[in-house]
Amino acid sequence: MGYGDIQMIDENGNRVDGRKAGDLRPIKMEIGVVPVADGSASVRWGTNYVIASVYGPMEAHPRKIQRQDRAVIDVRYNMAPFSTTDRIRPGFNRRSREISKVTADALESVVLLELYPRSKIRVEIEVICAEAGTRCVGLTAASLALADAGIPMTDMVVSVASGKINDVVVCDLNKEEDNYGEADLPMGILPNSGELVFLQMDGDLSPNQFQEAWDYNIAAAGEVHKLMKEAISNKYGGES
Amino acid sequence: MSDSGASDGRTLAASGSLVIPGDKISTNYSGQLGHGVMKIDNTITATKMGVVVENSGVISVTPLHTAYFPRPGDLVIGYIEGLRSNMWFIDLGAPFNAILPMSLAPMKVEFGATRDAMDVGTTLLCRIQEVDEAHSSVTTMKGMGLRKIVSGFVDQVPPHLVSFLSNNNNEVIDTIKNSTSTRIILGANGRIWIDGEPSGIRVARGAFSLIRDNYGSSDLFSKVISYLEQNKESD
Repeated sequence: MGYGDIQMIDENGNRVDGRKAGDLRPIKMEIGVVPVADGSASVRWGTNYVIASVYGPMEAHPRKIQRQDRAVIDVRYNMAPFSTTDRIRPGFNRRSREISKVTADALESVVLLELYPRSKIRVEIEVICAEAGTRCVGLTAASLALADAGIPMTDMVVSVASGKINDVVVCDLNKEEDNYGEADLPMGILPNSGELVFLQMDGDLSPNQFQEAWDYNIAAAGEVHKLMKEAISNKYGGES
Repeated sequence: MSDSGASDGRTLAASGSLVIPGDKISTNYSGQLGHGVMKIDNTITATKMGVVVENSGVISVTPLHTAYFPRPGDLVIGYIEGLRSNMWFIDLGAPFNAILPMSLAPMKVEFGATRDAMDVGTTLLCRIQEVDEAHSSVTTMKGMGLRKIVSGFVDQVPPHLVSFLSNNNNEVIDTIKNSTSTRIILGANGRIWIDGEPSGIRVARGAFSLIRDNYGSSDLFSKVISYLEQNKESD
């Protein structure tokens, strides 16, 4: 049962932080937090704190990255050196390159790139405090910042991860569950159409467990989408 | 939204409501599609964050943030950012720099003497002559009132506020102008040239700052008027 003798969920279904299997961590979102950016958003998700800012559309440099028929999205995901208990060496590493790439791919599926030929849209995702699931928080914050920048998109992107601890599928893993759990399934979901733009999986899930994790993610995406709309309503007023 | 009669479908987001990309606005809408919306599976869907507007059978989303994209005929304020022997590169605050060819300059310029005529950093009031499909634009300074700006102050508002400032025959700009005794020219790219006495420029800049900070509030124009009245008394 579980990883060594670590029990992360009790017989009543309570997890280490008191949540039930399908519960999300507390989430707080805000837009327009970086005044110099064209669009920005901050997301506090549990102990995670991520700021995303968007610049552009702007002329794409170097010219070799320009596309004559569409814009390119340049994502830079970075964890601040002080964002975890072990200091992170500043600069790009293999993990941040991978997350930048998958985030850009997910965003490219919704942004109407063909409206801005030869341009670049720069997305900066800065992780200030990391707990678990920073790629999901980063992608969600980036999507909110793109909306704030007035970049046309067919839908928002909401990213949530579910996983397996002690052979039980749970939604939105925290740090302990992420470190000592058995599987992790982050997904990027378009909340209005239910389409999937991003999926990764760590560890093993049976087909039934995969379906359960999938269902948790889809349900959680709806909740997160509501919070996104609330964040925009709080900033600009009105009913969204 | 049913006022115009164009929406015979089901309304999902009423006119005036705030939407974000992906929000469904109406199904089976028979009117025309404007800015910030697209039809996905027979449903009008918002592609921008903004306010739903339906006017004369055209449904659109007025964005709360947007970048400036030049259109032919736009009056704009630009800064010279670079030059070559026969042209200048103009920063309009758009994704791409525009060019001002030597032949469209306001004065006669010899080949190779562009720097002597107008150097980097010069502020210009110019007009967009043409824009191609890849957003490259050409500006002109041949036309009435187009010139180098050598006095006053150039302020800036986000481009999405230009429509608010220029609504009803420039009602907001005219009010600020008359109240502060300044000359104000609004560029389509959100840059505003304010010329006049320093005290008037200060009050006018304060009014634009108020508009920037309070955009979205329903009684913004009355806030501007009361700000101008307060500052008129103290001057």
